[in-house]
Amino acid sequence: MAASGTKKPRRVMLILEILILIGLLVVPLVTSDFHTIIATRMLLLAMLAISFDLCWGYSGIMTFGQALFFGVAGYVAALLANKAGYVQIWGIVPICMLVGLVSSFLIGWFLLLGKRTPTIIFVALGTLTASYAAERLVAGWQWVGAGNGMSVWDFMKVGSYELEPGPVFYYVILGFLIVAYIASRWMVRSQLGLVLAGMRQNEERLAFFGYRVQRFKALVFSFSGMIAGLSGGLYAFHEGFIGPGSMGIGLSTYAVLYGLFGGVGTLLGPILGVGAIETIAFILSDIDALKPYWPVILGVIMLIVVAYRPTGIMGLIVTDRERIGSFGYRGGGEPDAGGKDAKEDTDGTA
Amino acid sequence: MALLEVRGVSKTFGSLKALGGVDVTVQPNTFHGLIGPNGSGKSTLLKAIAGAHFADGGTISFDGMDVTTMLPADRSRRGLSLKFQITAVLLELSVYDNILLAFQAHQPVWGLLRSLSRRNLHPEVMAALARFQLADRADDLAGELSHGQQQWLEIAMALTQKPKLLLLDEPTGGMSPEERRATGDLLVPIKQHCAMIIVEHDLDFIKDICDRLTVLDNGQVLDDGTVAEIEASTKVQEVYTTRV
Ligand SMILES: Nc1ncnc2c1ncn2[C@@H]1O[C@H](COP(=O)(O)OP(=O)(O)OP(=O)(O)O)[C@@H](O)[C@H]1O
Ligand SMILES: [Mg+2]
Repeated sequence: MAASGTKKPRRVMLILEILILIGLLVVPLVTSDFHTIIATRMLLLAMLAISFDLCWGYSGIMTFGQALFFGVAGYVAALLANKAGYVQIWGIVPICMLVGLVSSFLIGWFLLLGKRTPTIIFVALGTLTASYAAERLVAGWQWVGAGNGMSVWDFMKVGSYELEPGPVFYYVILGFLIVAYIASRWMVRSQLGLVLAGMRQNEERLAFFGYRVQRFKALVFSFSGMIAGLSGGLYAFHEGFIGPGSMGIGLSTYAVLYGLFGGVGTLLGPILGVGAIETIAFILSDIDALKPYWPVILGVIMLIVVAYRPTGIMGLIVTDRERIGSFGYRGGGEPDAGGKDAKEDTDGTA
Repeated sequence: MALLEVRGVSKTFGSLKALGGVDVTVQPNTFHGLIGPNGSGKSTLLKAIAGAHFADGGTISFDGMDVTTMLPADRSRRGLSLKFQITAVLLELSVYDNILLAFQAHQPVWGLLRSLSRRNLHPEVMAALARFQLADRADDLAGELSHGQQQWLEIAMALTQKPKLLLLDEPTGGMSPEERRATGDLLVPIKQHCAMIIVEHDLDFIKDICDRLTVLDNGQVLDDGTVAEIEASTKVQEVYTTRV
């Protein structure tokens, strides 16, 4: 077909993914352990940011409480280590994912699956309130350390190998990030992703096709909670600490900012967002003269990017067309496939 | 048995009575025209039938079932499909993906996640596009289509649902006379498997393809009958000559 021949190949995203992957792979090789530990923290936050992107960027769920699932799983991980002496990674990981999944499912069920169609504001306030309430709850609960949070003295273990923060831990987390990324990408590029793309543009229209829009939202919300839970559990072990702040509105807001700054609806944007914001914050907070002002400077930079480009950093790099993508069958071999087979197979979601 | 029976449906917006007790009956496999001056309540009635908003009073039964308060998604599952007046194709998706989205509406979530059906749906998607002369635009964004083509895309999407009753709100709005004629030709074969309610201002268009007409005025049914009866109706002529 003439039209597809004239379309520019859409490969920017793929190239970017490969570049970022290479970049992330070499970090521990070219930096000190100190910086590797900071980078590990960023990877963990990137998972949280991706979970936000799945909600807002892909499903139109404005979640201001994504840290809740992160934090609950973090506390569960800390309790498993401290009270039960259990630190095996192959148990910790699924448990934390399950905790994230169940807690987000319950909140999603309550907020999204009611009789009335919830507004964006209702969901935003609902998630915010849940996050805030959870933060206050643990801050007043002695058994989990109240306002001081909980230290996790034991390292996470793979068999008998102890995972100390450092390069090995970094690669383990990178592995989980890649898996979470690929799973999310697979979902948003599938036929289900097409439903999400349609929902974002016109929810009402989708309902008229017979789609039960709120159920799709609840599904993505639960999935995103699972990823947030995974990162939260690993975070508790990496930092050796979990506190009320890790499930409160502060971190929840950061998840929003990472996403908006990097560019939502891209999955890659949130990773860039975390990298950019955390790096800027790290540099600015190191310059003594700027120390008192860095949150303000950071805020202004973020405002400029978000105001200038609603799609964040990624909006500068990829076109809307590529960002949204296409979802049809693009196998070859059909003689009269009407040109579909000439289409770029950039998504690799076969 | 009638496919659709609307009885005494009313709808009020604030102090404005948009519909004041409307009756309409549609038989299977017929095209039913809904005409009337601007603001007479045509779109309001279609939306009440489709469930975009609920009637304040009266009942709507479809295919032997009371759907008056049923949610749009459930009505759609029973075979009621609405084409919006302002085209609601998804502008940022490709033409192809718009149709695919319509086709896959009743697939289970797990199947969607695994993209199980897109391969099998491919020939159907292409056939639906070909039927409305959109096959060579498959890869373009729906937003890049002309207004007339967007209307066709909408109709093609509505038909993928294999509805028993299709509600078309001004399918030829913004079309050239050429496109109008083509639209008529594209719609006629549909009568074999689907009834239709068509809202139109273009009387020539509607007379050609409809079996019966209902004329609305000020939220009331002014007259109802075959095309010939309506053409002969003095009440209708009065409204159309003095006010349109
Ligand atoms: N959502 C709404 N809120 C308030 N008033 C409305 C709403 N929808 C329609 N109306 C009013 O109800 C009346 C009937 O509107 P409707 O859109 O049904 O007319 P119509 O017959 O479709 O007209 P047209 O030929 O211009 O499309 C109009 O006076 C309109 O302004
Ligand atoms: Mg109207």
